[in-house]
Amino acid sequence: MTAEPAVPDAAGSLDRLVRTEGRAVLATLVRTTGRFDLAEDAVQEAVLRALETWPRDGIPDHPRAWLTTVARNRAVDLVRREARRDHKEEEAVRLLDDPDPQPEQDLLRLVFTCCHPTLSVEAQVALSLRTLCGLSTAEVAAALLVPEATMAKRLTRARQKIAVARIPYRVPDDHELPDRLAGVAATVYLVFNPGDGEPPPVPTVASPRPGDASGEASELARTLHALVPDEPAAIGLLALVLLQQARRPGRFDADGVAVPLRDQDRSRWDRDLIAEGVVLVGEGLRRTPERADPYVVQAAIAACHALAPTAEATEWDAVVSWYDVLLDVHDTPVVRLNRAAALAERDGPEAGLAAIEAVDGLDGYPFRHAGRAELLARLDRPDEARQAWDRALALGLPGAHARWVERRIQGLGA
Amino acid sequence: MPLYAAIIYGADVDYTEPQYAQTTTDYMAFGEAAAAVIRGGAGLYPTSTATTVKVTGGKGGDVVTSDGPYAETKDALTGFYLFECADLDEAVRWAAQIPGAWDGSVEVRPVLPFG
Repeated sequence: MTAEPAVPDAAGSLDRLVRTEGRAVLATLVRTTGRFDLAEDAVQEAVLRALETWPRDGIPDHPRAWLTTVARNRAVDLVRREARRDHKEEEAVRLLDDPDPQPEQDLLRLVFTCCHPTLSVEAQVALSLRTLCGLSTAEVAAALLVPEATMAKRLTRARQKIAVARIPYRVPDDHELPDRLAGVAATVYLVFNPGDGEPPPVPTVASPRPGDASGEASELARTLHALVPDEPAAIGLLALVLLQQARRPGRFDADGVAVPLRDQDRSRWDRDLIAEGVVLVGEGLRRTPERADPYVVQAAIAACHALAPTAEATEWDAVVSWYDVLLDVHDTPVVRLNRAAALAERDGPEAGLAAIEAVDGLDGYPFRHAGRAELLARLDRPDEARQAWDRALALGLPGAHARWVERRIQGLGA
Repeated sequence: MPLYAAIIYGADVDYTEPQYAQTTTDYMAFGEAAAAVIRGGAGLYPTSTATTVKVTGGKGGDVVTSDGPYAETKDALTGFYLFECADLDEAVRWAAQIPGAWDGSVEVRPVLPFG
């Protein structure tokens, strides 16, 4: 033991510093070595050495340079060892020079490689957590509720495809950037909200999972925004993630049962995150005067909820209008369903029910039936409500919602 | 630079028949446009002309031939190209211009280096 053990806070911030800087160093090493496995091994070694020596010797003046040097030396060692075996000495030497004029672009390049559209969505999500967030394979498996062996295989296959099919390591050209960025945003949002690629219908809730990667996802959204601060999708994604994160504390009661938006204790929402998210929404809207960005609009909807002092005081007219804008740029059945739920609040359950029933293609979607059941109950049609809730449960409504539905069914009486 | 196989799946028909003249013209145009990256390839007659060869019991075993391919699928292998490209993005860009991608699909796969 050292004479002065680091206080937990200091240890936490050191850990964060090493992790953040390690990520940037990893991105550079992937470029210079062209190999994920090698880069990850080398950076892991550097990170471990930093965590061992920095608390004792103090943090170096240039932490990233320190980590880069240690990681690169380690990579050179590893490649030399292989090279002696395979007689490829020059590859080892190539690692020593770093001819790229823009190493600060490395992290962004890495993001675009991990979220390349030729990789499966599952592979993109796994790589985002493993490579971009620096979780271990076991942690990624736990976060995504997948057995560790399955996850290890998935990651190995993804890295192999990147290597042998030569998925490029570069920032897309300007004309491709918006499309590619939308893909990256979709992946990050999926990490945040793994149940569904879309925001869940009102009442907005996500189940508390044993493996919950929402913290990592908000960090990724922050990183992406820092890398391309002028891109509407990056602004909108960060705003959306922050605003949803802000409301998380009110989403479940002490028993882990989902609490509908209208019943949530709004004093538990995180005001700082809301303030930050709202500023970003404003900026995102200013930057997209002609064609709205789907993430900015979804964040605007989240902001309407986050800013309302009570459920009754929500500006439902504004919420419905934002959904109309969203339908213009991103017309999906789930968006239509969410609009119908907002319409029910603005115009009453009858109008909402008609709108839900007009949405096609969601027969297998449990939230559609739960939403319909809620409106039937409000219309005092308990038998039909119970049937619709049963259907939602049969279709696998997530646990926290299922428990809430079971309570509601009991509340209907015999 | 790495090699990619662009394997084309499409309607299992005889492309030498006159009603596919436009397809042939499209392929000729593609061949010219992509000359810089094409390193080989071929178009194929329909699977009704194919023979499947199998050696039972492994190397040196009995040679068994049968008519056509085993599986009856809607789309059949109709041809392939070999491309030499800098990376997957470039290979995908060229694959998207193969006429077969417009009404069928093209599978892009990196080629194993030998020797």
